[in-house]
Amino acid sequence: MDTELTRLTAAEIAAAIRGGEVSAAQVTGAHLARIEAVEPRVRAFLHVAADQARAAAAAVDQRRAAGDQLGPLAGVPLALKDVFTTIDMPTTCGSAILDGWCPPYDATITRRLRDAGVVILGKTNMDEFAMGSSTENSAFGPSHNPWDLGRVPGGSSGGSAAAVAAYEAPLGIGTDTGGSIRQPGAVCGVVGVKPTYGGNSRYGVVAFASSLDTPGPLARTVLDAALLHEVMSGHDPCDATSVDAPVPPVVAAARQADVSGMTIGVVPEFTGDGVQAGVLARFTEAVELLESLGAKVTEVSCPHFSYALPAYYLIAPSEASSNLARFDAMRYGLRVGDDGTRSAEEVMALTRARGFGAEVKRRIMLGTYALSSGYYDAYYGKAQQVRTLVIRDFEAAFERVDVLVSPTTPTTAFPLGERVDDPMAMYLADLFTIPSDLAGNAALSVPCGLAPEDGLPVGLQIMAPVLADDRMYRVGAAVEAALDARRGYPLLNDAKGLA
Amino acid sequence: MPIARDDVAHLARLSRLALAEDELDHLAAQLDVIIAAVARVQEVAADGIPPTSHAVPLVNVFREDTLVPCLDAETVLSQAPAVEQQRFRVPRILAEE
Amino acid sequence: MSSTSTATRLVAYDEAVSRYDPLIGLETHVELSTRTKLFCGCPATFGGEPNTHLCPVCLGLPGSLPVPNRAAIEYTIRIGLALNCSIAEWCRFARKNYFYPDMPKNFQISQYDEPLCTDGWLDVTLDEAEAAPYGTGPHTFRVGIERVHLEEDTGKSQHMGGATGRIHGADYSLVDYNRAGIPLVEIVTKPVEGTGQLAPAAAHAYVKELRDLLRALGVSDVRMEEGSLRSDVNTSLSPRGSGRWGTRTETKNVNSLRSVERAVQYEIERQAAVLDAGERVIQETRHFHEDSGITTAGRSKEEAQDYRYFPEPDLVPLAPPRDWVEQIRASLPELPAIRRARLQEAWGITAAEMTDIRNAGALDLVEQTIAAGATPADARKWWLNELARRANDTGTELTSLPITPADVARIAALVGSGALNDKLARQVIEGVLAGEGSPDEVVAGRGLAVVSDDAALAAAVDEAIAANPDVADKIRVGKVAAVGALVGAVMKATREQADASRVRELILARLTQS
Repeated sequence: MDTELTRLTAAEIAAAIRGGEVSAAQVTGAHLARIEAVEPRVRAFLHVAADQARAAAAAVDQRRAAGDQLGPLAGVPLALKDVFTTIDMPTTCGSAILDGWCPPYDATITRRLRDAGVVILGKTNMDEFAMGSSTENSAFGPSHNPWDLGRVPGGSSGGSAAAVAAYEAPLGIGTDTGGSIRQPGAVCGVVGVKPTYGGNSRYGVVAFASSLDTPGPLARTVLDAALLHEVMSGHDPCDATSVDAPVPPVVAAARQADVSGMTIGVVPEFTGDGVQAGVLARFTEAVELLESLGAKVTEVSCPHFSYALPAYYLIAPSEASSNLARFDAMRYGLRVGDDGTRSAEEVMALTRARGFGAEVKRRIMLGTYALSSGYYDAYYGKAQQVRTLVIRDFEAAFERVDVLVSPTTPTTAFPLGERVDDPMAMYLADLFTIPSDLAGNAALSVPCGLAPEDGLPVGLQIMAPVLADDRMYRVGAAVEAALDARRGYPLLNDAKGLA
Repeated sequence: MPIARDDVAHLARLSRLALAEDELDHLAAQLDVIIAAVARVQEVAADGIPPTSHAVPLVNVFREDTLVPCLDAETVLSQAPAVEQQRFRVPRILAEE
Repeated sequence: MSSTSTATRLVAYDEAVSRYDPLIGLETHVELSTRTKLFCGCPATFGGEPNTHLCPVCLGLPGSLPVPNRAAIEYTIRIGLALNCSIAEWCRFARKNYFYPDMPKNFQISQYDEPLCTDGWLDVTLDEAEAAPYGTGPHTFRVGIERVHLEEDTGKSQHMGGATGRIHGADYSLVDYNRAGIPLVEIVTKPVEGTGQLAPAAAHAYVKELRDLLRALGVSDVRMEEGSLRSDVNTSLSPRGSGRWGTRTETKNVNSLRSVERAVQYEIERQAAVLDAGERVIQETRHFHEDSGITTAGRSKEEAQDYRYFPEPDLVPLAPPRDWVEQIRASLPELPAIRRARLQEAWGITAAEMTDIRNAGALDLVEQTIAAGATPADARKWWLNELARRANDTGTELTSLPITPADVARIAALVGSGALNDKLARQVIEGVLAGEGSPDEVVAGRGLAVVSDDAALAAAVDEAIAANPDVADKIRVGKVAAVGALVGAVMKATREQADASRVRELILARLTQS
């Protein structure tokens, strides 16, 4: 019974709870049991909040018993990336410098989840301060891909993606700055969504790169992701960069799932060398599938996309170097070296050297360099100009097509340890996801099969214009439905890592 | 142009990172590679192209001048490394600002 | 005296300005009197128990985000318009990055190359009294305003364990973040040329005029002693006729108007000595010492600060609509200098007299007293003399005295009608200040009526004459001037309640009759 409950989608769970077939308490209990069973191998969670989860579930059951109207995700369990502040759980951002920090406030999204009756099971592992593509930069050890425990679950939202893929929760939330929701989604065989920038509140999301960070959903189905998208999104007066516009009708689009008459652009810059053969094969098949479903496919060159990665690795570290300056041992967090003789400056420097991992240090120094007097124009300034050109490429493309597609990431999940000492190799994982972060438009990854050479999941990336998130859900749902029908069983049944 | 080790040491000081010598060597080598890679942005012809600091163009987002309840001092100080006289106690500061 | 190993050489001021031309500049920070902070809803008030005016935003907690206070933007535009600036059509906030324990985020949200207001001016006048010590007549300078921008204030540290309470020698510090996030407007002048020997006075007058302007705009408490108005002064010297500007120093910790003047003067004297010796003035930040009136070099920094400014990504640009700007312009009050000129003419007083009123902080009070019926002369007289003295004695401000302009007008009217004389009027003032009631109530309560009834006075007059026969004799033979002593005696006898001029008439009449 427990196993069956953990195999349900979020939509099915919510309906079952509303219909009285099962209690929220049972659902939560089943997922906590699953977590206990698989966590030693997956290590998706940094903190499991069992008591709080049970209390939240009980509250949903009480409301149902009292005859209250329950929202579309009431009683559904969720894994929350440890970058969101939670007033009743620690928030570490995967970093030793915040080990044990308990925020005195909830993120807006945290509050919206609680108000919706969603049951937060705990905080998931991540690359430290969201910098990375594998969770190997976590100060608390990496998470493991449920498809193959010797491989990475992607990053930086690898913990949330792994939790969903391992059936520890039907829903997860991550943040996407350079691809950190879509890439782990792709390599774990789940749906990962980066909504339009500003469509989701960043209040309470510990900042990595402020102009790029985008909270978003992870789920095993496109519809589930859409349901979560609608619950978490929307304008927030506490976030000055949040968009004051209605949430696009993503649930309706996910249900509609019909691509006939749509135009789809393939980005040729993203289908060349460097893409794993099996990834390219599955991608090409997905495009052909879309054609067979009634979409018109055409090639749309986006010439500045190939400069997006270097531009990103200037803009993001620059903002991060400033955002992470507050971790200085004065007000909260780790303090090292305060023996009564050292100066504040020394204690700050010792604490940061000890409390930050290598990748964070690299990016802080890179960002400091790019913003330095004398270098600003050539690096940060130039990168912001490239950003404009990437935006213009998208605008021109979307005049011709409804959505753009590409593989989500060049390879399937790579082995743990393979790229840890090669930053540039690690950065390449974000090659196809970065342009949408720079331009702020919507993009999602939907599983489109397994690469034949390694039997690991491949993601299809669908990119839509700013505030047209519904379009990508429509296309994603269509692909998912067709592939599921062809396969005859859920993709994750093939995940052998936890067998 | 490769980045000199002294420059990397300077960056570490600016960023308040007390790096050990071997760590500095290791990071300097890696930064050198990364900087060369990101310098590719300079290949792009961008004369007259305005920089973008905000991808989704919004202007004039304000809040009204109304009071909102504060945190109490106990909460504010509860996770401070050191507290004295209801204030954050910090080690001696060297530089005037 | 000085603890430095080499005594600082100075050139006497007059000598210094005879051979060098000073160039001054001022950077003034003003804390706005909005209800809440710049980026959050915490109170923007001075004081309060430490660390009680905080929220995740102004404490800079991870995940927090700023949202700008509309009123702070409006106040800044108001200041810019009053200073004749252009208001930007589009501008952004920027991050100024540096590490310091009183900054919760280790960056300050400010403005860099896109300030909200630019390119204005403020006319500053030194009247006769202010220019006289420098041996010249009144002078008006037009001080160019380079920029006016908005930024957040920092917390406050107290340095513990050292001898002086300053950073040098302290063992540790205690930080209170209440002040962090309070809106701060920075007003930067263009270099002010041509002040010559009046440079210190010009600097003083600029800060004073700016302070009065800001007060009139209602945007700040502008209390230098509370830190809601802080000024740094830049000074450089150019050898006369050289055509080159010198290296400037920046002097901080200038906490009063008087200190502004003294700091500029000292720097001129010091820099002249440096240049005379053939050495170069070091570009540095210096610290002004109130007690000694000198400036000393701040701790020299190994490298100049690189603040790595970039546009604040958590905030969207400001594009004040032109109709909003015009609305603000239309709501500007009459500016102080214009108002003073208008009232000076209306009241028929001299510039020096207006300066006295201004320096006493009595302009509003005098205006209101005149509106309540008093003559300008009377209004000035009572506020600037008796009441100013009493305010001084009790350490209060004139505006805080428990007496209203209407009260003062009433007292002046009673004196004018002869019901009171000056001495009695002062007693009435005393009574009103003591809370005994309105002027009429005090008069009734204390029985302070001028005695002008001749019959009542006759007895006192006769007594005085009888008690001072020599004086009486002098008067009989025509030395009328001596009557003063007898008038004094009668006044004393009547407890000052006699009408002095009537008493004089009666005495003279009595003595020149017989």
